[in-house]
Amino acid sequence: MQTHYAMLLQAATDITARLNALEAAAKSAQSAGDNAWMLTSAALVLMMTGPGLALFYGGLVRRKNVLSTFMHSFIMMAVITVLWALVGYSLVFSEGMPFIGGLKYAFLNGVGKEPNADYAATIPQATFMIYQLMFAVITPALISGAYAERMKFSAMLLFTTLWAFIVYFPMAHMVWGKGGLLNAYLGGAVRTFDFAGGTVVHITSGVSALVCALYLGKRHGYPQEAMKPHSLVLSVVGACLLWVGWFGFNAGSALAASGLATSAFVATHFAAATAALGWMLAEWLHQGKPSMLGGISGAVAGLVAITPASGFVKPMPALLIGFLAGIFCFWMATTVKRKFGYDDTLDAFGVHGAGGTLGAILTGVFATNLINDATIDGKVVPLGWVDGNPMQVLNQGVGVLISIGLAAVGTFIILKVCDALLGVRVDDDDEEQGLDLSQHGEEGYFLEA
Amino acid sequence: MKKIEAIVQPFKLEDVKEALKNIGIDGMTISEVRGHGRQKGHKEVYRGQEYNVDLLPKVKFELVIPDVRLEEVLEAISSAARSGKIGDGKIFVYDVAEAIRIRNNDRGDSAV
Repeated sequence: MQTHYAMLLQAATDITARLNALEAAAKSAQSAGDNAWMLTSAALVLMMTGPGLALFYGGLVRRKNVLSTFMHSFIMMAVITVLWALVGYSLVFSEGMPFIGGLKYAFLNGVGKEPNADYAATIPQATFMIYQLMFAVITPALISGAYAERMKFSAMLLFTTLWAFIVYFPMAHMVWGKGGLLNAYLGGAVRTFDFAGGTVVHITSGVSALVCALYLGKRHGYPQEAMKPHSLVLSVVGACLLWVGWFGFNAGSALAASGLATSAFVATHFAAATAALGWMLAEWLHQGKPSMLGGISGAVAGLVAITPASGFVKPMPALLIGFLAGIFCFWMATTVKRKFGYDDTLDAFGVHGAGGTLGAILTGVFATNLINDATIDGKVVPLGWVDGNPMQVLNQGVGVLISIGLAAVGTFIILKVCDALLGVRVDDDDEEQGLDLSQHGEEGYFLEA
Repeated sequence: MKKIEAIVQPFKLEDVKEALKNIGIDGMTISEVRGHGRQKGHKEVYRGQEYNVDLLPKVKFELVIPDVRLEEVLEAISSAARSGKIGDGKIFVYDVAEAIRIRNNDRGDSAV
C-alpha cells in the first residue's frame, strides 16, 4: 500500500509539473505571437508617416515646396521620438491626474521586457511604448497639411514640440492612460470609446490644422492663382501606403494578435473601400468626373472615420461609416471650405477633423460587445446604441468636445508663442521662392542633373 | 539657309520625326513647350477647386536646312503633324545668316 501511495503521489507531482511547463510554454507562445504582431504594427504605423503621409502631402503641393512638405512629416520621426523617450511616454501612460500622467516612466525608467498588465499583458512594455510612439509621431505630421507652403521651419519645430506637450500628451492620457478622464476601461469618469485614436489623433490634429490655417492666413494668390498638385502620382502611392499602414494603426490597437485585431483589420479595410467610393460618387455627381485624387482622399477619410470604431463595430456598420465619411469629408473639403474661405492647404481639417468627429460619434452608435468583449469593472456591459446604450453617443460627444476645445485653445496659444518668439510665417519673398530653397537650401527636382 | 520652327501636338512627335527622316533630314532640336493659339484650354478640378488650363503642352521642332529643301520639308512636317483639328500647331520660317559646325569650322550649307 505504502508504495502505491508513493507512486500515485509521484505521478500527481509529475502531472502538475508538466501542466505548469505546458502553461508556461503556451504563455510564451502567445507572448511571442503577440509581440511579433505588435512590432510589425509599430513598423507599419511608422511607415504611415514616412513615406506614406510625406508622399501623400508632398504630391499635393507645388514643386517648389515638395521637400519642405516631406520634411514636415519626416522630422516628426526624429523630434517626437526624443520627446517620447525622455518624458512623453510617461506623461501619457503612467498614472497621474485625470488630465495628464506622471513621471514614473520618465527616461523610460522601468520600461523594458516585462509587460505592463494595465495595457497589454502579453507583450514587453517596451513594445507597447514603441508602438504608441508611432501614433505620437504621425499626429502632429497630419497638421502640416494646413500650414504647408508657408510656415517657417524653425517655428514649425517649436510649434510641434509645444503641441506634443500641451495637446497630444494630455489628450492621449485622458483617453488611453490609466486613470485618464475619458478612459473607458481604466477608471475614467466619462467613458469614451476610441479604439485607435479618433479623438486623440484625428480630431486633435484636424482642429489644430484649422486653427493653423486661420492663424497663418491664406497662401499668396489663393484662391485666384492655380495651385495644382505637382504630382498626383506621389499622392496615390502615399495614400495607398497609408491604407496598408493603417492595418498596423487599427488592428495593432488590439495590442495582441487576437480575434479583435482581425475584426479591426476587416472594419478598417471595409471603411476605406466604401469611403473611396462615396467621395468618388459625390464628386462624379457634383462635378461631372470621378477623379483619382477624389478616390484617395475618400479612402483616407474612411480610414480616419473608422479609426475610433475599428475595434468595436461589425463589418456592415464599418461599410456604412466609411461611405458616410467619404461623402461628408468631400462636402467639408470642397463646399464648406470654399464657403468660409480658409486656406487649409491639403484639407487636414476637412479630412481628419471632420472624419474623426463623424467616426467618434458613430462609434457611440455602432459599438457592440459582440465585437469587443473587454470587461468594465469585471463584467461585459452594453457598449453603444446598438447594444441598447444610447447614452454612449453623449459620452462620445463629450470626448469630441474636450478634444476640440483642447486642440483649438492649445494650438492658438502655441501659435501666439511661436509667433512672438520666431514669427510663424515665412516672408513674402521666401514664400514666392518656395520653402525648399528658402528654408532648406535645396530643390526636389533638379532636371539638369 | 532657313530655320524652321514647328510647334506641333506632342503625340505627333514620332510622326514628324519619321517624316523628316524619310526625306533625309537628320538634324533637329526638340523641346517640350507650352502654349496656345486659338485652341481653348480645358478645365481641371482638384478637390472642388477649378483651374482653367489654357497653356497646353506642345513639342517644338527647330531645324536649319538649305534653301532648296524648304518646300519639301514644310510639306513633310505639315502633313505628318496634321490631324485636322484645332490645336495642330504652327510652322514659322526664318532666314539664317550663318551656320558653323563647331567641330571643324564648316560654314554655310555644308554645316547644316
